Amino acid sequence: MSEFKPVVKPNHPIFEDNDPQDELVTLNLGPTHPATHGVFQNVLQVDGERIVSGVSTIGYIHRAFEKIAEHRPYYQITPLTDRLNYCSSPINNMGWHMTVEKLLGIEIPKRVQYMRVIIMELARIADHIICNGILGVDTGAFSGFLYVMQEREFIYEIFEEICGARLTTNIGRIGGFERDFNEVAFQKIKEFIKRYPPVLAEFEDLFNRNRIFIERTAGVASVSPETALSYSWSGPILRATGVDYDVRANEPYSSYEEFDFDIPVGENGDVYDRYMVRNEEMRQSLRIIAQALEKIEKEPKGIFHADVPAFYLPPKEQVYNNMEALIYHFKIVMGEIDTPKTEVYHAVEGGNGELGFYLISDGGRSPYRLHFRRPSFINYQMYAPMSSGMLLSDAIINMSSLNVIAGELDA
Amino acid sequence: METAFIIEKFVLITIVFVLTLVIAMYSTLAERKVAGFMQDRNGPDRAGPFGILQPLADGGKFFFKEEIIPAGAHKSLFIAGPTIAIITACISSAVIPWGQQLTIGDRVIDLQVADINVGILYVFGVIALGVYGIMLGGWASNNKFSLMGAIRAASQSISYEIAMGLSIIALLMVTQTLSIKDIVAQQSGFVNWNIWVQPLGFIIFVTCAFAECNRVPFDLPECETELVGGYHTEYSSMKLGLYMFSEYINMFVSSAVMSALYFGGYNFPFMNDLGLSQNWITIIGVLAFFLKIFAFIFFFMWIRWTLPRFRYDQLMNLGWKILIPLAIANIVLTGIITLIKDTYW
Repeated sequence: MSEFKPVVKPNHPIFEDNDPQDELVTLNLGPTHPATHGVFQNVLQVDGERIVSGVSTIGYIHRAFEKIAEHRPYYQITPLTDRLNYCSSPINNMGWHMTVEKLLGIEIPKRVQYMRVIIMELARIADHIICNGILGVDTGAFSGFLYVMQEREFIYEIFEEICGARLTTNIGRIGGFERDFNEVAFQKIKEFIKRYPPVLAEFEDLFNRNRIFIERTAGVASVSPETALSYSWSGPILRATGVDYDVRANEPYSSYEEFDFDIPVGENGDVYDRYMVRNEEMRQSLRIIAQALEKIEKEPKGIFHADVPAFYLPPKEQVYNNMEALIYHFKIVMGEIDTPKTEVYHAVEGGNGELGFYLISDGGRSPYRLHFRRPSFINYQMYAPMSSGMLLSDAIINMSSLNVIAGELDA
Repeated sequence: METAFIIEKFVLITIVFVLTLVIAMYSTLAERKVAGFMQDRNGPDRAGPFGILQPLADGGKFFFKEEIIPAGAHKSLFIAGPTIAIITACISSAVIPWGQQLTIGDRVIDLQVADINVGILYVFGVIALGVYGIMLGGWASNNKFSLMGAIRAASQSISYEIAMGLSIIALLMVTQTLSIKDIVAQQSGFVNWNIWVQPLGFIIFVTCAFAECNRVPFDLPECETELVGGYHTEYSSMKLGLYMFSEYINMFVSSAVMSALYFGGYNFPFMNDLGLSQNWITIIGVLAFFLKIFAFIFFFMWIRWTLPRFRYDQLMNLGWKILIPLAIANIVLTGIITLIKDTYW
């Protein structure tokens, strides 16, 4: 805590500019500033280019998802999670499904777990592509962004092949997937593993050893592991400080314990380390996907959901022709199935950190209370205190490297 | 002063003026095409074949856009900003020799608008005035981001003008003249180009030229990710167009000045060995000059789409702590070498 000066006037949204002697200027960074990449505001007090203090204002796209979720059946909450971190919505979807499965005690077949791993790692790559590409754009180098953006487009094509949607994917159902991956999807995933590493190498060639880029990012917004932990940071930005905390390894879910992958950590916790950690994580994700593909080969084909008729909607043709399926369909849709009266917490490693779902069930069809632990929201809390004393340019690339996604920030 | 002379100069001025504007217009297209080439995409290709009508479409759009002057803006200075920017950009090309003499009948026509004996100083003076356009526009906008952009522009161009001027002093020690026409005339052929004599001076000069033109990696006055639009945040319609335009004209003129001072201007290799008539040499020389200019413009764009930009303090450090000492060292070095050469050769 000692590295940052405390905010001068905490919780005061507008600074009083009535002292003519202090020569400070109040600057609104956001909500429509191009660098915020979303709607959230920072009211900064600047002395020339240097930020004296700042206050973050959030809530511009607050949609009350936690409250809405209390009135929706479990399977209808998935689309809400899409809109948290919309750069990697499959991770959110999977995290939510796993939370409900934990609540209901559903055992998921291995093949489905591996499929989920593939989807989540693809989403992680897409998320990191955005973050590192935007970091390049914010430092002024535009081309690298478009090199990797083309590959994100390819990931979206894979999503399209799997579920039909691209951005707000709504992939999967409670108990598995709505349908099996088709052959084209598998082919495209295999192609992606082959074609992405050279593009990533090209992207890194542009930045990693670029003198200007290093000077802009190295040593900027350096955070010690203690401070990061005290602010409950997680994800790549925590690992950049040197803490090897990764939910995939510390609390494995979806069979992550069977995979062989490294957790890259940084040293200084600065913008450059965060950038490097994200790049390396993309490589590790590719490794995981390759292993998952191998493992899927060994599993029996055609299994794409658990055998839980009480929670997994039967196919439509069965609903029309089969008595049992009709009953289950009716019960699921009408919310007639009891759930355990308990509370669960499930966390997945999202693109920005630990994405947690804290779910309290009173036995009904919808949660009694649901809380999303949104990494962007928690990571962003340090932004204003750590900005004080920084130059405006540094504060902006610091914001890009925190990868604050407005949807996840506000929920 | 005879009438024919006035007509001749008037025609030349018109040609240079139109050419400057056309090149500036097409630089915008070239920039987007180069960006497209570097980023694996096509660039604009809808307006006309290969998008060659794109600049016209853009210009037309600029004229038909609503013109907004913010309520708190200083109205006259707000209008003066882009005006100064475009005027200074346009008149800075007056002293550039585009070629040697053309002989038509018994008239010998100089392909230079004005051969003033302090040509380089004129270019510097006019370019230095150009920053007033940015400063006034940014200040008059009554916007904090514009003001910051204007302050950045002012401090940046003042810092880099010093280094630029010092790098030119070393060149002048070699050429012994301030007239750009004479400097170019000294560099006939290929081995006499000043780049071979002043490589360090050229590197300093080209760096400063990037800063003077507000191009990446020195585009801090308008860096869109930090200052929204920088000094032209509040500008719309053709006033914005004029700022953009003046940036491209500055780029063109800087390229012309660099080619003239360091790369022999209209001189091209083996120009005197081919046995061509004077008129042909002049015409090929003009083409060679424009080839060099376009190469420089491409270089500007190449850098723009490759490098990140500096931070404000790094920019100042580079200017004051690296470029100016280097330029002074270059002067001393040039002086010592000239002395040795004059004494012992």
